[in-house]
Amino acid sequence: MALHVKTNVNGDAAEFLCEPDETLLDALRDRLGLTGTKEGCGTGDCGACSVILDGRLVCSCLVLAAEAEGRSVRTIEGMAKGDELTTLQRKFLEHAALQCGVCTPGFLVAAEELLRRNDNPTEEQVRYWLAGNLCRCTGYDKIVRAVLDAAKDMREHAHA
Amino acid sequence: MPKDIATRTFKQVGTRPLRPDGIEKVTGRARFGADFSMPGMLTGRILRSPHAHARILKIDTSAAEALPGVKAVVTARDFPETDDGLHDIRMNVMAREKALYDGHAVAAVAAVSPAVAKEALKLIRVDYEVLPHVTDVDEAMKPSAPVLHQHIFTANESPAAKRPSNVAGKYEFGHGDPEAGFRKADHVIARSFKVEAAHQGYIEPHACVANVTADGQGDLWCCTQGHFMVRAISAGLNGMDLSKLRVTASEIGGGFGGKTTVYIEPVAVALSRKAGKPVKIVMTRDEVFRATGPTHSASIDVKIGATKDGRITGAFAELRYQGGAFPGSLADMGAMAAFACYDLENVRTIGWDVVTNRPKLAAYRAPSAPAICFAVESVIDELARTIGMDPIDFRLKNAAREGTLSSYGPTYQAIGLEATLRALKAHPHYKAPLKPGQGRGVACGFWFNFGGQTCVSLNIGLDGTVALSVGTPDIGGSRASMSLMVAEELGIPYEKVRCIIADTASLGYNDVTDGSRVTFSTGLATIQAARNAIKVMCARAAATWGIPEDAVEWVDGHARPTGPNAGNFEPLSLADIAAQSHQTGGPIAGHCEVTAEGAGVSFGAHLADVEVDRETGAVKVLRYTVAQDAGKAVHPAYVEGQYQGGAVQGIGWALNEEYIYGHDGRLQNAGFLDYRIPVCSDLPMIDTLILEIPNPGHPYGVRGVGETPIVPPMATIGNAIAAATGVRMTHAPMSPPRILKALTENQAGT
Repeated sequence: MALHVKTNVNGDAAEFLCEPDETLLDALRDRLGLTGTKEGCGTGDCGACSVILDGRLVCSCLVLAAEAEGRSVRTIEGMAKGDELTTLQRKFLEHAALQCGVCTPGFLVAAEELLRRNDNPTEEQVRYWLAGNLCRCTGYDKIVRAVLDAAKDMREHAHA
Repeated sequence: MPKDIATRTFKQVGTRPLRPDGIEKVTGRARFGADFSMPGMLTGRILRSPHAHARILKIDTSAAEALPGVKAVVTARDFPETDDGLHDIRMNVMAREKALYDGHAVAAVAAVSPAVAKEALKLIRVDYEVLPHVTDVDEAMKPSAPVLHQHIFTANESPAAKRPSNVAGKYEFGHGDPEAGFRKADHVIARSFKVEAAHQGYIEPHACVANVTADGQGDLWCCTQGHFMVRAISAGLNGMDLSKLRVTASEIGGGFGGKTTVYIEPVAVALSRKAGKPVKIVMTRDEVFRATGPTHSASIDVKIGATKDGRITGAFAELRYQGGAFPGSLADMGAMAAFACYDLENVRTIGWDVVTNRPKLAAYRAPSAPAICFAVESVIDELARTIGMDPIDFRLKNAAREGTLSSYGPTYQAIGLEATLRALKAHPHYKAPLKPGQGRGVACGFWFNFGGQTCVSLNIGLDGTVALSVGTPDIGGSRASMSLMVAEELGIPYEKVRCIIADTASLGYNDVTDGSRVTFSTGLATIQAARNAIKVMCARAAATWGIPEDAVEWVDGHARPTGPNAGNFEPLSLADIAAQSHQTGGPIAGHCEVTAEGAGVSFGAHLADVEVDRETGAVKVLRYTVAQDAGKAVHPAYVEGQYQGGAVQGIGWALNEEYIYGHDGRLQNAGFLDYRIPVCSDLPMIDTLILEIPNPGHPYGVRGVGETPIVPPMATIGNAIAAATGVRMTHAPMSPPRILKALTENQAGT
């Protein structure tokens, strides 16, 4: 029997019908057409499906779609404002921090949450926070640099 | 070598502009394999064998077909056997008489929802007769081993094989007499090694959507490294005309060689045709591990002799590679690559191609080379230590250079091995102090690189912008490199160029994106296409001015008279010529169709510091530096990215990644939790040194850079572990249990 779920995605009201055993990831992708969130494993091991659920970083493949009822979900599609990229998005491009790009939405969502909690992380803190996101192309070097540079830029901007 | 390569100054090639597909990828709008959907689309799913080796007695699909919502079921019967050279891939796509490995596809369904498709798989009844299996390469070579195929008789064996076996072929390379060489040596070291299989580990599972009609026309949308290859095999297996199946490559979420073949695409085509509706198939991660990739596993013997002053006198290697259930373990390439770094008088290598009950090997970045590099470079390291020579000096003393007769046949042109070794030696990393318990290792590696069939089309827009269509999927930023080469050649800004990956109906045939070939061969074709367009534009300017075509030259994005004698005319820009093209002869385009030769071999050398935890056996990589010859780095940021990414894949294989099989022949670790690829917190920054020794075979001197970086890490890490602990690891990955065992045995022995 399908469930009717009312939730909020990226600041907008959203509703969908889903199966009781359907994941939030599948609902985002297949019910709401938000395919920016990726499935790499379906078991919470790769972080490609990272979203923010009520201020908490989660793997959307490990959350039931029905659990989104009455809550708010933030996905990669909610980051840029119109044609204006966030500092993190910009720094990922400038540092060539992506090759194939399939892990990129998950990294950006995770890194944004890190910088919301800690505006001046060390390299080690960045590496441990992002340890739940797998990237097979870059060896992480340029990703870590992009996040550190974005943090610096955002701090300078905040103090300016 | 064209004279201008070494001295040419570039205006745009060598800069680091933003990639053209970047914004789509940081905003989640880029469409990867699983992101494409069609109205009325069905979900396809595949039933897979739970047995490593089993005869398929009967498949009863009637209950699945009767389930409401099921629209099509296919089995091997839907892919009839014909004499078309696609025998092995047909058998791999759908098992016929036998299931040959855990995960081998046996049937597939298309249904109205994922839930119905899943339910339908449970209703398919397969009667198996379970057969004895073999998954280890050395076991598979024994006369007593269960034989997978009755039609495999060892190729190239003398006398000719009389009985079928799991050994598909024997391959030999080399020159001189290694035994005579060993007699001249002061020190000879012989060691045996094992390397377990790894998976490419791309984050995006295989995915496709097929929309095919009963008359054999249709479209296929998929993530692949080569959509022309997908078309050939999918059309071939379904009896369709090539031109009636249009394949479009989606954005690709990593491949590393693993997407140079097909698994689900011909199945989706068959299901779509049968159901009369579009069908989407997306693999689960479990399916990716059990049925796609992986690499060979290897068992290797290496013997090298050297004089006490450090000259290698003889070298021998025997490689036994299993490549899963079908021939093609690439032992031949491993045997060719084994001693490619060295200038040797006496060298011989033998490669054995072996089949086992494992998934069919797919290429993985310099396929075959990392395992043999681990073996050879470990023995090289041990020899240098035995002689008491610096390991870089020992390699430099024996390094291949321009004019060296390689161990696999060709004589090298200009190559960069010595330059990379010298660059490492001069790097501060090489002299940095180490603490107790830490060790430093070095190793060098080689890859052939590849050119291949390439076709591009470059169209000049009426507004002076340029659209470039290429047929090689972009797996690491190649659209940026192509755009840079167009901008350089035409003399227009990078932003005025847009490069797309054209579908199979819009462009001539292209080989797959593999062999580090794209920046080299698609780049070469792109430059030629731009030059062809320049010829047209110069002719248009000449006609406009009423002067001969050869009195016009192209400089900085403009046609201009070659000199005062040619006439006094204001230069015409590309945009000027484009705007008037409707009056001067119509559209302007440049094309190139070529089989690119002269890819230019690639060498790199790596340096690593590690710390070994003697209680847990865990190895921490503290510092890592990659030096590699790029010929010419078109977009240096993405060259660095290849060095870093390849090195880290190699580090993963060196320390953790392996296929683990149970006694039942089933894969024990088919997920990212148990097949652990490196994560961010495992690693340091990866320093890179880009050397540029121009490749004479490319107009800008470009060499492919993608594959070589995965070759040296296993050996580099192994050598660093030996330096840190005094223990030589001969079985990779050098995971904590293996390190602990080796440390314990070493302690017991001393």
